[in-house]
Amino acid sequence: MKPNTPLERLYNGIIKENPTFVLILGMCPTLAVTTSAMNGLGMGLTTMVILAMSNMMISLLRKVIPDGVRMPAYIVVVASFVTIVELLLEGFIPSLYDALGIYIPLIVVNCIILGRAEAYASKNKVVASIFDGIGMGLGFTIALTLIGLFREILGAGQIFGFTVMPEAYEPITIFILAPGAFFVLAMLIAFQNKFKIGSARVKEDGTTACSKSSCMNCANTLCAGKTAAGLQDEKGGSAK
Amino acid sequence: MRELLIIAIGAAMVNNVVLSQFLGLCPFLGVSKKIDTAAGMGAAVIFVITISSLCTGLIYQFVLTPLNMTYLKTIAFILVIAALVQLVEMVLKKSMPALYRSLGVYLPLITTNCAVLGVALTNVQNGYNILQGVVCGFSTALGFTISIILMAGLREKIEYNDIPEAFQGMPIVLLTAGLMSIAFFGFSGLV
Repeated sequence: MKPNTPLERLYNGIIKENPTFVLILGMCPTLAVTTSAMNGLGMGLTTMVILAMSNMMISLLRKVIPDGVRMPAYIVVVASFVTIVELLLEGFIPSLYDALGIYIPLIVVNCIILGRAEAYASKNKVVASIFDGIGMGLGFTIALTLIGLFREILGAGQIFGFTVMPEAYEPITIFILAPGAFFVLAMLIAFQNKFKIGSARVKEDGTTACSKSSCMNCANTLCAGKTAAGLQDEKGGSAK
Repeated sequence: MRELLIIAIGAAMVNNVVLSQFLGLCPFLGVSKKIDTAAGMGAAVIFVITISSLCTGLIYQFVLTPLNMTYLKTIAFILVIAALVQLVEMVLKKSMPALYRSLGVYLPLITTNCAVLGVALTNVQNGYNILQGVVCGFSTALGFTISIILMAGLREKIEYNDIPEAFQGMPIVLLTAGLMSIAFFGFSGLV
């Protein structure tokens, strides 16, 4: 596939660089709102809309924004879109607004959004950036829905609110409480590692380095490159 | 006084910021490899969150509310926090070099710690006044420090364990966090 075409961007976001399972970015909403598949889907789509719009805006402004103040500028762009989307959700989908609560304004500090702004949108053309945002957003949505699905089936015996498990099934309530989030994500990453082990030893650099650099990455992007130079390499590693 | 104590215990233990609210997971998973770095991170977080909850509280009460611009709180808070972290860094570097040397590395990492923005927004949501907000911020950060230090201690031990290949790295850390989260449920009857 040719790089930077819309299709390649979607594939990249959903499979190759899936923000949750591969890059391990944006952990807070991933674990917090996935108590049901519906919440996961809602959070994912909300993030996707903001990601696509902020990527578009930052890509349009990439020649206007001076390099020294790019981080504050990105934050303002992202925070404005988050506020718009928050008000729209409050007005039109109040049930989702109530379910997601404080995690909607917290999308501002989601590492994925600033990470993509810094790593992709600030260097690429508008259309490619929009599709990069949609691709990453879809990858995030799929991951969140998947985690939500597992937690909902195990913790409540339901899928999207419909009871699917037989009556004899006693719901394991812990899965819709806080610890369940950690357990389900741990199992999903472990499964992924299991499949990777055969092909190559990507895992050791893969997961550990990623999780480490993802944190460094997001912190790094926000502090406008003021962190120690050592972190820069890691950032470059995960941003590519 | 009693009310402040309830807020403090609630924020530090019962609704632990990492283990039950899932805020600040990035540093919790990323900087918890050794106890001393975890403690440094924790101290920096306590410092920044306490000051930022004071500042955001003042701005919300005396700037945004009188001007009827409370809907701009997300934008205002994140900018204040980002500026504040820079400012704290500069002041510390100039006036307290010793403290700066021990906290310095962690300060820039804190801007994206969603716990900082989370506390500011929770304070507004719960309608806390400025004193209550500062107490809530301080104890939230204390809860963060407790859990990240506990996690670092556990991870230092896990290093020596024989873990199935697929679970090495992130999965085992997440499982540990899950178990800690169950343990923190023990506090839930407290308030």
